[in-house]
Amino acid sequence: MRLLSILDPLTRPILLLLVTVVDRVLTPFQRRIGIDKMGYFFVLPNLLIFGIFVLFPMLLNFYYAMTGGTKLFPEDRPFIGLGNFDNLFDCGDFLSPNSCQEDLFWRGIFNTIQFVIFQVSGIVVFSLMTALVLNRKIVARGFFRSVFFYPVLLSPVVVALIWKWVLQHEGVLNAIVEIFGGESTRWLLDPNWALFWVVFVSVWALMGFYTLILLAGLQSIPPELYEASSIDGANNWQDFRFVTMPLLMPTMFVVLVLALIRAVQMFDQIYVLTGGGPGTRTQLLVQYIYTTGFSSQIQLFGLSAAASMVLGITLLILTLLQLRLGNQSSLA
Amino acid sequence: MRKILALLVILTLLISVAPALSQDMVELRIRWYNDGNEGEVLRDLLDSYEMENPGVSIEIDTVPYSAILENLPLDLAAGEGPDMARVTDLGGLAEYYLDMTPYLSDPAYWEDNFGPFLNWKRLPGDMSSIPGFMTQLTITGPFINRTLFEQAGVDVPSDMSDEVTWDEWAAASVAVAEALEIPYPMAMDRSGHRFAGPAISSGAMYFDDMGHPTVMDEGFRDMAERFVNWHLDGTMHPEMWPLSEGYAGANEEFANAELVFYMSGSWQVGQFSEQIGDAFDWQTVPNPCGPGGCTGMPGGAALVGIASTEHPEEVAAVMEYLASQEVLGEFAARTLFIPAHAGLSASGVDFDTDLQLAKDSLGVFVGQVGTLEQTAFDLQAYGNNRTVFNAARDRLTQAMVGELTLDEAIARIQDDIDTALAEQG
Repeated sequence: MRLLSILDPLTRPILLLLVTVVDRVLTPFQRRIGIDKMGYFFVLPNLLIFGIFVLFPMLLNFYYAMTGGTKLFPEDRPFIGLGNFDNLFDCGDFLSPNSCQEDLFWRGIFNTIQFVIFQVSGIVVFSLMTALVLNRKIVARGFFRSVFFYPVLLSPVVVALIWKWVLQHEGVLNAIVEIFGGESTRWLLDPNWALFWVVFVSVWALMGFYTLILLAGLQSIPPELYEASSIDGANNWQDFRFVTMPLLMPTMFVVLVLALIRAVQMFDQIYVLTGGGPGTRTQLLVQYIYTTGFSSQIQLFGLSAAASMVLGITLLILTLLQLRLGNQSSLA
Repeated sequence: MRKILALLVILTLLISVAPALSQDMVELRIRWYNDGNEGEVLRDLLDSYEMENPGVSIEIDTVPYSAILENLPLDLAAGEGPDMARVTDLGGLAEYYLDMTPYLSDPAYWEDNFGPFLNWKRLPGDMSSIPGFMTQLTITGPFINRTLFEQAGVDVPSDMSDEVTWDEWAAASVAVAEALEIPYPMAMDRSGHRFAGPAISSGAMYFDDMGHPTVMDEGFRDMAERFVNWHLDGTMHPEMWPLSEGYAGANEEFANAELVFYMSGSWQVGQFSEQIGDAFDWQTVPNPCGPGGCTGMPGGAALVGIASTEHPEEVAAVMEYLASQEVLGEFAARTLFIPAHAGLSASGVDFDTDLQLAKDSLGVFVGQVGTLEQTAFDLQAYGNNRTVFNAARDRLTQAMVGELTLDEAIARIQDDIDTALAEQG
C-alpha cells in the first residue's frame, strides 16, 4: 500500500489492475499445487532461460566434442568418441608444444597459464593498493574513484585500439621515450614485451571494477576495530596485517574468482591489440578455440568443442578449489 | 468512443490484409562487402532494376569482408543464407550455390562470356552448373611509389628490364628506404594467396602428381626462406605479418608514402585512386620473376545465387540483369574493376576515371593475365585453396618470430593441410 501511495495517478490504476489479474490467476493455481511448490513456479522462467541458453549449448558442445567431420548439424557428424581429445593430448613431451600434434592448443594453454598468473596477480595487487588509497581521506577522492573506474566503462575493443595507438612504432610511447633520449622500440613485436603489454593493458582496463569491490569490502570493516588496535599500539602495517586483511579475505576471494574466470576467458582485447602475436606468443586458448572452429576454411567444430571442454573443466576445478580454500580461510 | 472503436477495427483489418495485398512483392537479399565504391554502384544499378520490375525489392546487406569469410559459411551450412552473396572463397562454398541454368533465358551467354571462371565456382566433377558471375577478376601484383624512387635517385628496376627478380626489387626498395629514411621498404598483404604468386614464380608446384596439395618442394621453400629472412632483416614491414590474425593490408602505409613496394592486387586501384589520387606517382609493375615464371595469382569475387533461396527465378532474373554486358560494363567502369567477361575483355572498358595513374595501373594488371602460370590457375580453381593459403600464412608467421624453424613451419603447413582434408573426408 505504501508503494501505491507514492505512484502517480496514472500508474496506480494500471498496477492495481495487474495485481488483481495476477491474484485471480495465481491464487487458484497456488491452491492446487500448494504454497510450498510456488517457489519452483517463480524460478521456472529463469530456469528455462538457463536451460535453453546455457545448459543445452553445454550438452551440445559435449556431443560435438565426441564427433568428427566438418558438417554443421549434429546428425550429419560421425561419432568418434574421444578421438578429438586423443588429438589434443597427442604429445611427445607435454612441455614442448612443437612435439604435440595440436601444437597451437598447447601454445594456447601455456600462454593462458602465463597470462592468468601475471594478470590475476596484477589485478589483485594493484586493485588492493588502489582501494586502500581511495579508502583514505585524500583530496579529490571522488574524482580519483571515477578516474580508476572509467576504463571499465570502455569496450575492450576501444581499449585495445587506444593502446595499439600508444604502443605502435610511431606511437605515443615511443615519442615520449625519444624525448628523453631513448630509442624507439617495437613494443608489440618483441615476444616478452608483447606479453607484458597484453597483461598491462588488461590490468589497466579491469582493475577499476575490482577496486570498487575491494573498496566496498574495506568500507564494511567497522572503524571500532581500528580504534581498538590503535589503543593496543598497532602501527599501520599491523592494522593492515591483523585487521584489514583477515576481514577483507572473503571479498578478496570474490575478486580472485572473478578475475581468474575473466582472465581465462580473455579474447577480444588481445585479439584486437596483438592478434595473438607476435606469431602465437599472446594467443590464448579461447582464440585457438575460435580459430579452429570458425575462422578456418575447413572448420573443425569437434576439435574446437573438445578444447572448450578442456577449458571449461579446468575453470570448474579452479573455481571449486578456490571456493574450498575460501571456505577454509573464512572458517579459520 | 464508438467512432474511435470503429476506426480501430478498420485499421486492424487493413493491417491484417496488408501482407496479402503485398504478397506479390518479392524481397531478395544480397550479402555484400566493399573494397571501394562498388556497393554504391551496385545500389544504383539495382535501383534501375527495381524501377523496371516493381514486384521485386532487393536489399544489400553490407558486412565486413571477414564476415563473408567466417560468418557466411556458417549461415549457409545452417540453411540461413541470403538469396545472393558476394564471395571470394569461390570453390569452398560451391555446395551452397544455386544452379541457375533452368531459370536463365540464355545459358549459352554465360558459358560464352564467363566460361573459364565458372569452373572456379563448381564442385569437382561438375562441368555444367551456372551459379553466378565474377564481379571482378583480380590479379595480384606489386605497386611501387615511383616518386620515392625518383627522390632517392634509385633506378626503377622494371624500367631497365622486363624480367626483374624479387631480389632485385628487394635491393632497390631497401636502397630507396635507406636514402629517404622511409620506414618500410616492402610489404605484402598478410595472405597465403598473395604469397602463392611469388612462391610459384620460385618454382613451387602446390600439387603433387596425384593432385593433392603440397608445399614440400624446393620452390616453395626457396620463396618461404627469402620471405622469412626479409621480415627478420627489416626489408619487409616487420609488424604486419607477425602482429595480425587473419588478413592484413598495408594500404595506409602505402597511401602515406611510408612504403616503397607493396605486393597486393588490382582491387586496390579504385581505393588508391581515391586515397592517393595524384599526390604522388604510384604505379603497378609486372610481377617479379624467378625460375618458375613471373606470375601473380588470379582471383576475384563472384556474385552467386544461394540454393536455399525461396525465389530462384527472381534471383536468376536479377543475375541476368547484372551480368548483362551493358550493366557489367558500367559496373566495371565505375568501380575500376577488371571484368571477367569475354565480351568486355574484347571490347575493352572505358574506365570512369581521369586519373592516368589508375588507367596505367589497370593496363599493367590486364597485361599480367597472359603471364599467369597454369599452377596459379589450378590453385585458384582448387576448392580448398584457402586451407592451403591460411596454413602457409600462419605457419610462416611462426617461423618469422622464431617459434618454428623454417623446415618445421613447412612440415606444419603440410600437416595442417593433410589434417583438414582428412577431416573433410
